[in-house]
Amino acid sequence: MIAESLIVSAILFAIGVIGVLTRRNAIILFMCVELMLNAVNLSFVALAKMHGVTGHVFVVMVMTVAAAEAALGLAIVISVFRHFGTVDLSAIRQLRG
Amino acid sequence: MMPTAIIGQAATAALRHPLDGTVAEFVWLLPLLPLVGAIINGALALWCTESVVRRDRARPLVSIVAVGMLASAFGLAVAMFLAMRSQATIELPFVRTYAEWMPVGTLHVAWGAQLDQLSALMILVVTGVGTLIHIFSIGYMKADPGFARFFAYLNLFVAFMLVLVLGSSYPVLFVGWEGVGLCSYLLIGFWFSDARNAEAGKKAFVVNRLGDFGFLAAMFLIWTRVHTLDFVGAHAALSSMSGTPVLLAIALLLFLGCAGKSAQLPLYVWLPDAMAGPTPVSALIHAATMVTAGVYLVARAAPVFAGAPQASLLVTAVGAMTALFAATIALRQWDIKKVLAYSTISQLGYMFMAVGSGAYAAGVFHLVTHAFFKALLFLGAGSVIHALHAAYHHTHRDEDAQDLSNMGGLYRVMPWTAVAMMLATLAIVGVPPLAGFFSKDAILSAVFLRAQGSPLASSALLGVPGRVVLYAAYAVGLITALLTAVYMMRVMMLAFFGANRTGAAERDALHEAPPIMTGPVLVLGLLTVAGGWLNLPSLLRLGPSELLEHWLDPVTGASARLLSGAGELPHGTESALIAIAVGVGVLGIAVAIALFRRPISDKTHAPTETGLAALLASGYRIDDGINAIIVRPLQWLAATGLARGVDAAVNRLFSASGTLLGRAAERSGDQLQDGDVGKYAWFVAAGALAILAALTLA
Repeated sequence: MIAESLIVSAILFAIGVIGVLTRRNAIILFMCVELMLNAVNLSFVALAKMHGVTGHVFVVMVMTVAAAEAALGLAIVISVFRHFGTVDLSAIRQLRG
Repeated sequence: MMPTAIIGQAATAALRHPLDGTVAEFVWLLPLLPLVGAIINGALALWCTESVVRRDRARPLVSIVAVGMLASAFGLAVAMFLAMRSQATIELPFVRTYAEWMPVGTLHVAWGAQLDQLSALMILVVTGVGTLIHIFSIGYMKADPGFARFFAYLNLFVAFMLVLVLGSSYPVLFVGWEGVGLCSYLLIGFWFSDARNAEAGKKAFVVNRLGDFGFLAAMFLIWTRVHTLDFVGAHAALSSMSGTPVLLAIALLLFLGCAGKSAQLPLYVWLPDAMAGPTPVSALIHAATMVTAGVYLVARAAPVFAGAPQASLLVTAVGAMTALFAATIALRQWDIKKVLAYSTISQLGYMFMAVGSGAYAAGVFHLVTHAFFKALLFLGAGSVIHALHAAYHHTHRDEDAQDLSNMGGLYRVMPWTAVAMMLATLAIVGVPPLAGFFSKDAILSAVFLRAQGSPLASSALLGVPGRVVLYAAYAVGLITALLTAVYMMRVMMLAFFGANRTGAAERDALHEAPPIMTGPVLVLGLLTVAGGWLNLPSLLRLGPSELLEHWLDPVTGASARLLSGAGELPHGTESALIAIAVGVGVLGIAVAIALFRRPISDKTHAPTETGLAALLASGYRIDDGINAIIVRPLQWLAATGLARGVDAAVNRLFSASGTLLGRAAERSGDQLQDGDVGKYAWFVAAGALAILAALTLA
């Protein structure tokens, strides 16, 4: 069971990474980051079977932080949209050096 | 020795339950049916976005799926009820566990369903009234572009409501609790393109969070004390802790949750705004089912509240205060749905008065009858709004279809709706022999009986003797009954009688609702007339008495006796109480007729009110107060304090150093830093890979 869970977790994480690297829509990017977080959560839960409840505690921590991050991130996305009229990240390059 | 014996006993009892092998085994199917409906309708909603042709083609299928799923769930619920009726006695709840949900350390929470007399009654009400409201909605929402989305949400709501009433533990109940909250949010903001509706949904969500905090904290406390959250196990363990401060804390925190969900003081503010949703939603969610979840929870957790008499007294006191408070506001509202919303808050107060004083059966009885007559009132109001809206649409005039000052004389065009709503009004006022008469009387005499002498009357709430609290609650209940009669009769007078104020051109366009809408309204009318039969007082000898009381006895009977003792009112006193209650109701009706017989000036909106009337019309300006004390300071803190203060300071700090530091970095990083976030992500990924490779290879 643990092996399977870890494999699923790895697959989810890879999907998330590929999404972040290849997609340009801020919302999709955002969802991919969430996917990565939850892939890690899954491996935490799976490994908690072997190593006790610490893994569960971490999952709750991650969820809390992810919730805060989601609130902040979506607020940023909204203000980006208000400012630029788009959430396509390849069009937003104001920080060019 | 003892614990093993108890566990063994429970195990054998669980092994041979009278409902084993009956239709009750299909209890898992009950929430699943509407859930499947929600998924199908959700898929259809996605399929037909932006295409009017598809929308028209999907409409019949959506209607059939939505109503069909609900009707089958109702059929299943009836079958379960009959199976339970055919057994002589069912002392223990029928519990089925399907899968483990949270096996964490010593915490074990399972997906389990619990069918007992209380949940059986609730599933009948939820699916029965739910089916009628679904049928009504087909007519009401016919022209709405979000038809499929609406029924997807409505089905989902019923699914979560069934999880709520069927869950066998606090966490499973909580899943339903939050789920119905979500659906409520989605449906309040159903017409989300109007910012006000979206705001109303948000308000409901945020206010409910305050209550949910209490519910969660209560669950944490229960778990730390008894290490289980199943109803059966936890209540058995908690009942030995009666009178302890911990149990009091648990009960108070649970009640905080109930006050949020059931819109009691001080967390009622979201319900009037929730009327922004479509009217069938107000009928189903914000009158008949979801808002009564708090009452259900107090009845479900009866062993907890019975062990904490102070908490029970507080429930009664808050219920009584809310009942009176909301009823006074309802006196001066001009929006027909706002009147009904405040009326719902007030009636929920009655229910809490009952369950707080240990009269669980009376509280649940009023929950059921209220579901009938308030759903009827909302659906009737929906028909009226529908008619006015169509009329104003016809002449392209922008008038408020919910404003009572635009109605009047509607009984001539909408006779069926008028008759049904009149029945419901008489029921809520408490005119015999309608359902509301029996349930309201049951509550008032139960409170009076407890005040005269009971363990509850001998305890105290913050130094005030329980006797005083209960007598005060009874008096407040009577005054509220008077106000109820006045504000409901006012609505009837303004909407259905007198001269019509809709407008000369619109008058001819007004019409009775189609049969698909009047049908459910009339069925609810029948239930409003006959619902009292559920729990006739033994005094009146009209037939089988106190059916509901006996039915619920295995669930709440022990707790009720713990709080209220075994006393009974002498027949003379009980008759006098009934006479007083009916007299008060009739007086209220007479007052309202006398006050509102005079026609209000044509078409002028709510005559400019002053003094007390204005205060009532604005709901004691509570919303303004909350905005001034909480909302606006927070907004100021965010906009001025944080954004313009902290953010600006940080920006200045870095751009100042940037002039020195940045210049140097600029030249070196010019090529890398081209502002494309995607490229940065590649760098991060490559770096992480490199570190990972170094670590694993080392």
